[in-house]
Amino acid sequence: MEKKATRNGFGDEILELGRKNKDILVVDADIGKSCKTDVFAHELETQHINVGIAEQNAAGVAAGLATCGKIPFVVTYAVFGSLRMCEMIRQEIAYPKLNVKIAGSHGGLTPANDGASHQAVEDIGVMRSIPNMTVIMPADYWSARALVRAAVEQYGPIYLRFTRDAIPVIYDADTKFEIGKAHVLQEGKDLAIIANGDTVCLALEAAKELAKDGTSVKVVDMHTIKPLDVDAVKDCVENIGKIITTEDHNIYNGLGSAVCEVVAELGKGKVKRIGIQDRFGESAPYERLMAKNGITIENIVKTAKEFT
Amino acid sequence: MKKVTVDELKEIAKDLRKKVVTMVYEAQSGHPGGSLSVADFVTACYFKEMSVDPKNPKWADRDRFVLSKGHVCPIQYAALGTLGFFPEEVLHTLRKEGSPLQGHPNMECPGIDIPTGSLGQGFACAVGMAIAAKLDKKSYRVFAVLGDGECQEGEIWEAAQTANKYQLDNLIVFVDNNNLQIDGTTDEVMPNLDLGEKFKAFGFEVYNIDGNDMAQIVRTLDTIKMHAHDHKPKVIIGQTTKGKGISFMENVAVWHGIAPNKEQYEQAIKELDEGYSFN
Repeated sequence: MEKKATRNGFGDEILELGRKNKDILVVDADIGKSCKTDVFAHELETQHINVGIAEQNAAGVAAGLATCGKIPFVVTYAVFGSLRMCEMIRQEIAYPKLNVKIAGSHGGLTPANDGASHQAVEDIGVMRSIPNMTVIMPADYWSARALVRAAVEQYGPIYLRFTRDAIPVIYDADTKFEIGKAHVLQEGKDLAIIANGDTVCLALEAAKELAKDGTSVKVVDMHTIKPLDVDAVKDCVENIGKIITTEDHNIYNGLGSAVCEVVAELGKGKVKRIGIQDRFGESAPYERLMAKNGITIENIVKTAKEFT
Repeated sequence: MKKVTVDELKEIAKDLRKKVVTMVYEAQSGHPGGSLSVADFVTACYFKEMSVDPKNPKWADRDRFVLSKGHVCPIQYAALGTLGFFPEEVLHTLRKEGSPLQGHPNMECPGIDIPTGSLGQGFACAVGMAIAAKLDKKSYRVFAVLGDGECQEGEIWEAAQTANKYQLDNLIVFVDNNNLQIDGTTDEVMPNLDLGEKFKAFGFEVYNIDGNDMAQIVRTLDTIKMHAHDHKPKVIIGQTTKGKGISFMENVAVWHGIAPNKEQYEQAIKELDEGYSFN
């Protein structure tokens, strides 16, 4: 299976969008090469601003640009984009509902060898708590491109999270995505797996394994964590009742929590969450870090089999 | 740019100061000290220097005004209300539920270009606006007001280095150097050293003036206009008095964020009318 990092999807799409719309700007903070904005910077020089290693300022500059009709993408690593810039995003971008997009590469455990300082395990929780903010994590290269396009079409603050590492390409260039609308990859009747980002491919593989034993699994790509597609969750509860959530994020305040909020208020349905076990990462291969947190095909299958 | 004399501007500043004290008195909440120290610069900007249209607050080519020290918004509200950005009676609703005049400014209020209140952040937004003007080859300018205490925030210097890199000669910064912050003098809390030298090291053209002297403010803004295309951002270090114009508020840190009682209010208005410390 072909593999590509979703940061490349962002880099390729922002370049195409920037060529067509001169109001689209990239605000880099010195890691453009790593976040895949280097071609944009070179080709669309007048649409590119590099504020250096100064993320807080990057957010503020972007807010100012947005008040003048620009569509700035602040580009950095997810951990800095969500935490170092957090209050600037809150005060200067989300509060006035400005048209600023935050593109966070190196989401979750994907910057594996860099260690805990660079791994964003809590960013989605932080961003999801800010009013007016939309939070997205695409599951592959093509959905990344489609959702970056959608982010430009939707006015307002949006946080997008990408992977550093290459992950399987599961969609094609023509697959349609809508912000806030879950993408159902396959239908099933015994169990629903609601996944996002780099765990969607794991959910698909787990579903294949489970099918061998006759378990029919629905797989949902919940690329938009906020606003959550509540109807899609309700549908899983009403028609299946058992849900496993998978995410490359702390089990607190991410996709699993968001799904549980809906399920708890419905007063029926059962959920098991698979994700980072409320601990920091370390330098290690990506697959090892995922395995240490039980974010594996095997553990999804095991959890499904134990689910009564 | 409007034709108005220094004496007329002084009278307007007096009127705005009275409005500030009235608003804070009526709200029994707000920040009079810093509002009074920047009153003269804010007056010069809104009533002489800046190109704005009260009937069209979002006019794309307007000059921008960023009150980075957002807590002193009563003075900006007083200017906006007097100019007709909103009906003047709205000034009586400061900090009241449903009022566009929030405790710290937001963009729901006509004439506010960016929300501020969390110190250190507005300046970066002003830099973004000035970059946008350059990108669009527009001639509008961006005025930003910073507190001296606010300059302790690291983001101020991140924004300053960006202003230098992008040669923002359309950016005019005023530092309200009143030497006081909530916990005491800036020297006690965190020495700023020489702010003018700091900004100079960051590539700014620096003007050190008495920030409560209208004639000096006007002259400095005139000089800055002659350097409009020198690729350098401008900063005015305005030596000011916190609580300027009211004897019991001047240089008293506690007046940073409290409201006067009835007796104090009446005395304040009387002193402002008599031109205390301006004569």
